[in-house]
Amino acid sequence: MHPAFSILFFTTLAGAAQGLVAALALAMLFGLGLSPGFLGSALALAEVLLVAGLAASFMHLGRKTRAWRAVLMWRTSWMSREVIVLPAFIALVALWWLALRLEVAAPWSVLLPVLVLGGAVALWYCTAMIYACLRFIQEWAHPLTIANFMLIGLSSGLVLACALATGAGEVRFVQAFGPWALAFTLVAWAVRAFSLRRNARLRPRSTLQSATGIRTHKLVQKSMGMSAGSFNTREFFHGASQLALRQVKLGFLLLAFALPALLLAWGLASAAALPWLLAVLVQAPGLLAERWFFFAQARHPQNLYYQVVS
Amino acid sequence: MMQWLKDLLVSSPASPPLPLAGEGWGEGGGIAMGAAVAIKDVAPSPQPSPARGRGSDTARAEPGETLAKQLALVIDLNVCVGCHACVTSCKQWNTSGSAGPLADFEPYGANPTGTFFNRVQTYEAGSFPNTDTVHFPKSCLHCEDPPCVPVCPTGASYKRKEDGIVLVDYDKCIGCKYCAWACPYGARELDEERQVMTKCTLCVDRIYDEQLPKEDRKPACVKACPTGARLFGDVKDPDSEVSRAIRERGGYPLMPEWETNPANRYLPRRNMAAPAQGTPE
Repeated sequence: MHPAFSILFFTTLAGAAQGLVAALALAMLFGLGLSPGFLGSALALAEVLLVAGLAASFMHLGRKTRAWRAVLMWRTSWMSREVIVLPAFIALVALWWLALRLEVAAPWSVLLPVLVLGGAVALWYCTAMIYACLRFIQEWAHPLTIANFMLIGLSSGLVLACALATGAGEVRFVQAFGPWALAFTLVAWAVRAFSLRRNARLRPRSTLQSATGIRTHKLVQKSMGMSAGSFNTREFFHGASQLALRQVKLGFLLLAFALPALLLAWGLASAAALPWLLAVLVQAPGLLAERWFFFAQARHPQNLYYQVVS
Repeated sequence: MMQWLKDLLVSSPASPPLPLAGEGWGEGGGIAMGAAVAIKDVAPSPQPSPARGRGSDTARAEPGETLAKQLALVIDLNVCVGCHACVTSCKQWNTSGSAGPLADFEPYGANPTGTFFNRVQTYEAGSFPNTDTVHFPKSCLHCEDPPCVPVCPTGASYKRKEDGIVLVDYDKCIGCKYCAWACPYGARELDEERQVMTKCTLCVDRIYDEQLPKEDRKPACVKACPTGARLFGDVKDPDSEVSRAIRERGGYPLMPEWETNPANRYLPRRNMAAPAQGTPE
């Protein structure tokens, strides 16, 4: 598949915001006693990331003014469900932020973090199922896709939350959630490595023989039926070399998982602010590279029909 | 009344919750849902016009529903000579309709590109000197369990209940391209000028047009084919020309492994080994 930057930015920005909000909600539920100032500004940052993600997702649409129509088919379409859950999640986070400002008491001070937590999980699930439900894109059609979206979102959100907390002097938050940031980064790394191993072993169920029904042992395409490209050649091929693909894979394993894990270990050991900040800065391009690779690695069966221009 | 407001009010179907077609991991997604009742006595709408956004006027098939009628093409690989007459006649008919022209970028330049609903490809089968050159026309297969339909977030993509044609309502499409991702055959092409998804309509604006002489009420590609390689008809009618061709000559579906149950079938070359999946229903 050709990775679309609109979707790369949307899924990484929203994923990190969901992880950040989830960490804050858990901190509230466990009674960590965060200062209202820190909580308010962290939630505001999450809202900025979510709205930026929403804006990026709009860039993917050919007809942006009709976007509202995408809420209609929630009975069958995971994209429709995502389009409903995303604004609902943004509204819930805004409501929580407002409730904190107005110093609303129980039960809302407990109920809102719980709702926000549920919204974050629901949004991860909807976003991942958009890809996981396409049964013939074998790289995606697996529960590992959902695990990866959730774990990478949690890792990036926890790293961001800890970096913000060290900046704001919320020592207790970093003490409580810093180890979890490291743990989730390591688990996300392991699960992503597992899905890479699975994808490397996949055998495509479709072949040129099954695609055309011509059952000879040797079968080659001589013409795809056009003298230049088409939507089919632009949308479904990433156009990068195998070498570039390998480098991106190595790059995201380093930037999204390995280096942040090292920096987090340093941060936990030294209690300095710098490693947390560095971890955020290093992980951001790694997350984009990971999502780029997620799309580029998916081999669409339609590509069997589009192999030779002429 | 404002059309968009009307759509918002009426387009959520008031039917019981559907089984979620297109979900699940790999095998066995679509089989369990085939138990729906066949719908009979549904007359084709007199002036179907997907082009003018009348999609909500025609009845939509529910996922997994078994239809009484399914229009389709049967393509005879024995006689296709790869002349592309079906490609150009398809383009001519569909670029001249009320939906407006299909995109054409640099039509006379070095790298012409644009929207086509039908492509003719060429394959070489076998090893030299025993090779066969097979010309292979490819358009939307109008699957009986179309994976492109349930994923559409707006309902712009739908399968007609009365004749099984899979259509896009251009006025409701938001150009998200998700349906094209969900089609294993690459049958859908985004019109990069209008930014809406397009695909073969089986010339739905032609086959029911009573202003045309009866012999012209066929898809443009079928009319244009000089060798008669393209047959058109109802594959659910056991006595139709297409059903007989599928039955007697081993008409097979493409990519049977994904259980999309394509309505369009291909007739294999007589001189080549018959494919394993040659049995029609």
